Amino acid sequence: MDKLFTAAKSRAVPNTSRRDFLKVSAATGGGLVIGFNLSLGNKLALAQAAPAPNLNQPNAFLRIALDGTVTVQVKHLEFGQGVMTSLPMLLAEELECDWTKIRAELAPAAPVYAHSSFGMQITGGSSSVSNSWEQLRAVGAMARTMLVTAAANRWKVAAGQCRAANGMVTGPGGKKAGYGELAEEAAKLPTPEKVVLQSAKDFTIIGKPTRRIDAPAKVNGTARFGLDLTAKQIPNLHTAVVAHPPIFGARAVKFNADKVNGIPGITHVVQLDSGIAVVAKSFWAAKVGRDALQIEWDLEPGSKADSVAMSNNYRQTARTPGLVAKKGNPDLLKGAAKTLVAEFEMPYLAHAAMEPLSCTVSVSGDKCELWVGSQLQTLDVLAAAKAADVPPANVKLNTMLAGGGFGRRTNLSSDYVVEAVAIAKRVGVPVKMVWTREDDMKAGSYRPMYVHRIEAGLDASNKISAWNHTVVGQSLVAGTPFEQAFVKDGIDGSSMEGIVDTPYDIPNLHATLHTTKIGVPVLFWRSVGHSHTAYAMETAMDDLAQLAGQDPVAFRRVYLGKHPKVLKTLNLAAEKAGWASALPKGRARGVAVHESFGSVVAHVVEVSMDKGELKLHRIVSAIDCGLAVNPLTVAAQVESSAVYGMSAALYGKITLKDGVVEQSNFHNYPLLRMAEMPKVEVYIVPGGETPTGVGEPGLPPIAPAISNAIFALTGKRLRTLPFDLASLKA
Amino acid sequence: MILITVNGERISTNVDPSTPLLWFLRDNLQLTGTKYGCGMALCGACTVHVNGEPTRSCSTPISAVVGKKVTTIEVVGKSAVGKKVQDAWIAEDVVQCGYCQSGQIMAAAALLTKNKVPSDADIDAAMSGNVCRCGTYNRVRAAIKVAAGLKPAASVKPAGAPAAARKSVKA
Ligand code: FES
Ligand code: FES
Repeated sequence: MDKLFTAAKSRAVPNTSRRDFLKVSAATGGGLVIGFNLSLGNKLALAQAAPAPNLNQPNAFLRIALDGTVTVQVKHLEFGQGVMTSLPMLLAEELECDWTKIRAELAPAAPVYAHSSFGMQITGGSSSVSNSWEQLRAVGAMARTMLVTAAANRWKVAAGQCRAANGMVTGPGGKKAGYGELAEEAAKLPTPEKVVLQSAKDFTIIGKPTRRIDAPAKVNGTARFGLDLTAKQIPNLHTAVVAHPPIFGARAVKFNADKVNGIPGITHVVQLDSGIAVVAKSFWAAKVGRDALQIEWDLEPGSKADSVAMSNNYRQTARTPGLVAKKGNPDLLKGAAKTLVAEFEMPYLAHAAMEPLSCTVSVSGDKCELWVGSQLQTLDVLAAAKAADVPPANVKLNTMLAGGGFGRRTNLSSDYVVEAVAIAKRVGVPVKMVWTREDDMKAGSYRPMYVHRIEAGLDASNKISAWNHTVVGQSLVAGTPFEQAFVKDGIDGSSMEGIVDTPYDIPNLHATLHTTKIGVPVLFWRSVGHSHTAYAMETAMDDLAQLAGQDPVAFRRVYLGKHPKVLKTLNLAAEKAGWASALPKGRARGVAVHESFGSVVAHVVEVSMDKGELKLHRIVSAIDCGLAVNPLTVAAQVESSAVYGMSAALYGKITLKDGVVEQSNFHNYPLLRMAEMPKVEVYIVPGGETPTGVGEPGLPPIAPAISNAIFALTGKRLRTLPFDLASLKA
Repeated sequence: MILITVNGERISTNVDPSTPLLWFLRDNLQLTGTKYGCGMALCGACTVHVNGEPTRSCSTPISAVVGKKVTTIEVVGKSAVGKKVQDAWIAEDVVQCGYCQSGQIMAAAALLTKNKVPSDADIDAAMSGNVCRCGTYNRVRAAIKVAAGLKPAASVKPAGAPAAARKSVKA
């Protein structure tokens, strides 16, 4: 994920002429609407593999109403990362409007809302701000130019004599007109051929800590998430709950609905490819009905994946070289003065967003309408069209707020969308399909399980002389529409990111990959490949520092000469944490730094053991994310990623026994809670001209930083995730 | 026939008495501010007040609230404490995805109604049943302290000010 976005970055700058770039029209009910022309190019090859849906959606990014309210259509999913605030900030910076007049709406699915360097409408790779950086500022500048021109025309003066500020154009002799009054006239003007964007030193919005504009609705219960649709919004809306097979790939042979039919409120029981759906007037009736179904499953075609067997098998496999992803000379290890051999194991992980998955669908005639919190609208539309058997142009997808997603809604298989469409098509009424927490957790699309084996050597002067790294695990994209773009010469780049492109100047880094085929569905999970590679890299670096008898920060610095950005971030975190200062007895610090999604995050973590219990006291984080568009959000996202990573490091584990997922809810898939939360301080490396990723880069270095602190405190090296906390008590 | 009071309104219903309060609120009354996260009293997303007590509505059958007063996120702002909590949440920029926040706010409002000056340990005890997958815990803690008057709200300059300072003027 990371690499794909980075590789495509150079294409992010619109290369079509400005005249093609924007489309302007009068808004229904007056006002100005500005949107991008569909001819905006820059599609990756993979987007062409599937026919682009031609949706009849308004292609607007910006709407100025007669009362001066500015509504920004946000093309990315809002699921916590703050795009409903940060994207409007980009546009507002150029528009010179009154920030309090800004509103944000989630854009529906439409080609115009495609990711600027990806050719599909997608929210991922921590790239929402960076791919909108030029686009939305240009929209704001165009609109401002047109509003000023409209005022100049009205007053019969030169545009140069007018200026725009605070949602108002002022002209000679104290003339004044609000944007709302000018909007209609502005809409009739030709698109400006060229606009000049503000330079960073003049920014008044970008870079300023700005409170979220979606907050008021989220503190009074009015924010509507996908699960919150009712018959008030969609008349005759029914709820469906589905019985899924006990193991992946099994199928229902027959079912008995006798006990279900008597339950009041239940209207339909239907068999699908993916299970048996019970449809009712309310969720509770559907759920009680689903639980009362008696189903006979054919387990034969299903997956019998077993975590214990996989662990043994992966560890064996890791001892043999795989496909070469980066070539070094592994033979040089033989001459090393000291050698580290380290085997790491990371489990399957569920996304476990707070809002369980749902999708609402209405199919009527040859039309299909969806309401879903989607991170990948383009593929969801195509999948829905196929399931509903309607042309893609007849699918309308309304993007709903999502209670988290973390990659689960970048739904390469569109599993829950297809299932919901299948039900709605069968029963002929609008259906909200709800997955219970248990359904959500057992449905797969996990972060894959991985084993890493590292053999690294130090020479006589305690310098790294060779590093032989083998990774074993499933590909995230094999067999999906993303395979073509991600997999090169048999290597899924997302399995190796963070290793082959490490900023450390390691001589003879030799990295190989074994891609396994297991019948457990896998998917992107916050920070993708970095979620496991950083753990192996940064724990091994700590091991090597110890082997070399050097301070972990000083040891890392030696290898960062070519990457000043990484070095600076590491140094900032170390300085703010007082790395060199003494700690009270019984406490220790650990450090880790990692680069991902164009940004760098370093964490210093302070821990102690209290009666055999691990306690996290303090996290000091530094981030270099280029230009920090909204520092409040940047700090929140670094903290958020750290918490997400802490839950995984301390508790996160999906295991399978004879194909059955053993976890189901938060009692056996625990998450970090308030009482365990350490203090967190986030420092942003100043400067930077363009924004880079923020939503994910804080995650990869947190687990190794904790683990390195535990090592510093106890001398115990934890190489399996989640941490075996019981082993620390011994 | 079951009689309950929801947000000050007396309601009679003949739904199955074992129906969890959560689903009665969401599906029958269409009060969707109260969220479903786990259905097992493990996450706190569904927290409402029953006679002022923070209660997991997912695991409370409607028969258990007969004759009682249920308050949800939709009206908690009508009480002085609830309003302070909501304002503090905005001032501290607490929310991320927002899905857990109805439950967090209901738990916090219940805490501050009983305990006007909660210690960190009190906050831990009252709030640890509320999971936030986005990791807003520290801002939740800060907002509770702001609402309790134990800490000034974070000062954030409104975006856009001062617009007049812009040197270059572009048309
Ligand atoms: S939904 Fe009630 S506690 Fe989780
Ligand atoms: S804000 Fe997203 S779960 Fe708490």
